[in-house]
Amino acid sequence: MRKLSKLSKISIFIVIGCILTLYFLPMWRIELRAPQYPEGISMKIHINDVKGDVEIINGLNHYIGMKTIHKEDFKEFVYLPYILGAFMALGLVVLMWNRKLGYYCWTLLFILFGIAAMYDFWQWEYDYGHNLDPSAPIKVPGMAYQPPLIGYKKMLNFEALSQPDTGGWFFVMAGLILVLVSFFEWRKSKTEKI
Amino acid sequence: MKRFLGLFCILGAVASIQGCKMKNAGSVVEGDAASKVYVAPGKYDELYNFVSGGFNGQVSVYGLPSGRLLKIIPVFSVNPESGYGYSEESKPMLTTSQGFVPWDDQHHLALSQTNGEQDGRWLFANANNSPRIARIDLKSFRTAEILEIPNSAGNHSSPFITENTEYTIAGTRFSVPVGNEDVPVSSFKDNFKSTASFISIDKESGRMKIAFQIILPGMDLDLSRAGKGPSHGWFFFSTYNTEQAHTLLEVNASKKDKDYIVAVNWKKAEEYVKAGKGKKLKTSYVHNVWNEETHSAVSTKETEVITLDPAELKDLVYMIPCPKSPHGCDVDPSGEYIVGSGKLAALIPVFSFSKLQDAISKKQFEGEYHNIPVLDYTKVLYGEVQKPGLGPLHTEFDDKGNAYTSFFISSEIVKWNLKDLKILDRVPTFYSIGHLMVPGGDTRKPYGKYVMAYNKITKDRYLPTGPELAQSAQLYSIEGDKMKLLLDFPTVGEPHYAQAIPAEKVRDKSIKIFDIFKNKNPYVTMGEKNAKVTRKGNRVDVYMTAIRSHLNPDNIEGVFLGDTVYFHVTNLEQDWDIPHGFAIKHAASAELLIMPGETATLKYVPTRVGIVPFYCTDFCSALHQEMQGYLRVSPRGAKVPLKFGIGESVSAPTVAAAK
Repeated sequence: MRKLSKLSKISIFIVIGCILTLYFLPMWRIELRAPQYPEGISMKIHINDVKGDVEIINGLNHYIGMKTIHKEDFKEFVYLPYILGAFMALGLVVLMWNRKLGYYCWTLLFILFGIAAMYDFWQWEYDYGHNLDPSAPIKVPGMAYQPPLIGYKKMLNFEALSQPDTGGWFFVMAGLILVLVSFFEWRKSKTEKI
Repeated sequence: MKRFLGLFCILGAVASIQGCKMKNAGSVVEGDAASKVYVAPGKYDELYNFVSGGFNGQVSVYGLPSGRLLKIIPVFSVNPESGYGYSEESKPMLTTSQGFVPWDDQHHLALSQTNGEQDGRWLFANANNSPRIARIDLKSFRTAEILEIPNSAGNHSSPFITENTEYTIAGTRFSVPVGNEDVPVSSFKDNFKSTASFISIDKESGRMKIAFQIILPGMDLDLSRAGKGPSHGWFFFSTYNTEQAHTLLEVNASKKDKDYIVAVNWKKAEEYVKAGKGKKLKTSYVHNVWNEETHSAVSTKETEVITLDPAELKDLVYMIPCPKSPHGCDVDPSGEYIVGSGKLAALIPVFSFSKLQDAISKKQFEGEYHNIPVLDYTKVLYGEVQKPGLGPLHTEFDDKGNAYTSFFISSEIVKWNLKDLKILDRVPTFYSIGHLMVPGGDTRKPYGKYVMAYNKITKDRYLPTGPELAQSAQLYSIEGDKMKLLLDFPTVGEPHYAQAIPAEKVRDKSIKIFDIFKNKNPYVTMGEKNAKVTRKGNRVDVYMTAIRSHLNPDNIEGVFLGDTVYFHVTNLEQDWDIPHGFAIKHAASAELLIMPGETATLKYVPTRVGIVPFYCTDFCSALHQEMQGYLRVSPRGAKVPLKFGIGESVSAPTVAAAK
């Protein structure tokens, strides 16, 4: 049986549904807290925008010479909606082709995309954290301000917490479904052969 | 020797006798008072307490039950700390028909109400000396509007409001001539009038307008309260000096056994105005309104008021006899009882609104006072509280049918029951209480829980500070049958009346910044790129921006003696709690304190040639101390070109000008 099971077919729609949420919900959020900001400030990254207290963060970043963050500087925000759109379309192709191989490829592509996206995000953080204006008022030798890729980090008076936001969790869920369903299908086909 | 020893023993014994001592009222705090007022660091108070500043002209805001001072809102006096009354934008707020008045005496406060309950929108404040009423916006905690009251002096019975904030009131403590003003003081009886001004309040914007003035016979209107519930539509004023004395009032205004409570049917007054029965009177007063988008005030001259004459218009005003120069005239939460507090009386009369209506319909009058019907005391009286104390002044109410009256002379608060008029409890105040306040105690729905005493004298209550001592506030719990003193704290200015409101009705509406994109100040600098200096004749305008941590421009040259320099400083921040200040050396005014997104202007006239530093005065950031700059002032006619900038644009060294 090389054809897709009913479960796989349904999962395609669920995965597409999960990805669709990213068009409305933020995928990632970075929260900052400092003694002067008991209420906290946060930045929410969407697939096509960066929202939240960006202006406040930009205002603070000038002390350490960090570049100001502007939506226009990220070509990712232009490509991402198309890439995800193409990925969803591919899902429909897999569905019509109705072969397990197609499903496995789709899953692999998803994982590769996820890794690439995280690498891009890390690079982006590295660039902001390390490329500092040499004439910045505050210079701490050896200090870089790269926010954590995921998790918690303390930088000077700021504590930073980086994690997926609602849309991001849907994306993670989509990945989990793909991997689990692929695994399930592969095992099923193996037992059938025996 | 033994004999001497015996003598010494006797002397010693006598010396050790100290005689009887008077009981000291020092400490009467008992039990768990501390835990009831302890608000842990970082925690919020339960109530906002707005307290009149008296002779400091401002309104102070305390948290209750902690008694912590949260803010002083500049209202009727200049405030160099914030630039209120000094900045070009705020000067019109303190303008009157007779020019700029930098000070006043602020006595009473009234929170806006909807259906007889506090709604947390606005706070109204009176100016006693130069009659005015201010409206404070509780979103920004700033004075939004000041309306001058014409034909008035000593605006004391003010700014009490009606239960839906239809009107706030202004009544004259000093009678004054209306119309022709240059008359002999001794012609009081013929020429002097007291006036009750009804100021309508716009439901949406809160804008005030003098709807009409009721011209009353010359006497002193002391305090007032609006009716509520069944008595909504009526306003009550206490009076003294119905003897119409114009000198030595201490004696001459205390002669009559009874003065009056003036009962005004304002719904009837509205009808008369609608029917065109009012007379237009030429006068002059100003109306100052703060605009939150231009961040500046505009002062408008008004020239006319509508007046109503109760001697001609029947069913408008009635006089209720009330013993001995009444001070407070307070209406209970049900709206049925009106409590008059004769300052010199040995009892407290309680009048009944339903009896008042009955007496009016049956025409139970005992005479007339300047053509206004005087009601029969016994026919409108509900009852008298006997032997309550000495010098009753004001009464507030709780949510359980009890009244609390302050006694200045016997320095105490007395709790009594409204139904049977029996005294339930009394507690001393330290010392000589004036006003008292139960949170919401003047509304239809008192919050209860506490009663505050606002005291005139503190003497030994705090560490001495020379001849001038603080006034004080005292917080009592009224949750049980007995009142319990919880806290005692000094206040700024002299507190008169106060208001308190549950924090949640105000807290969440408090704004954090002004949106810079809504800033319509004509001198706003939208972004640092637009910072500039312009000259027009002898006038120099500096369009300056402030953002952490620099002022732009911070180097200015080409200003001469004889110039007038206007610093228009825009705070570009859009973050909470990041104000910037601006001060320049030897400026003959004050500093500016500019909130995020706001523009404010300081006028500066250089008086000497030289380099004049300016800087940010509000510690805004780690590099606040670096937030500074220089203005060069040159002699008139010097060949110094206009030059300004920041950083590289002004970094190139210039050859010193040859002598």
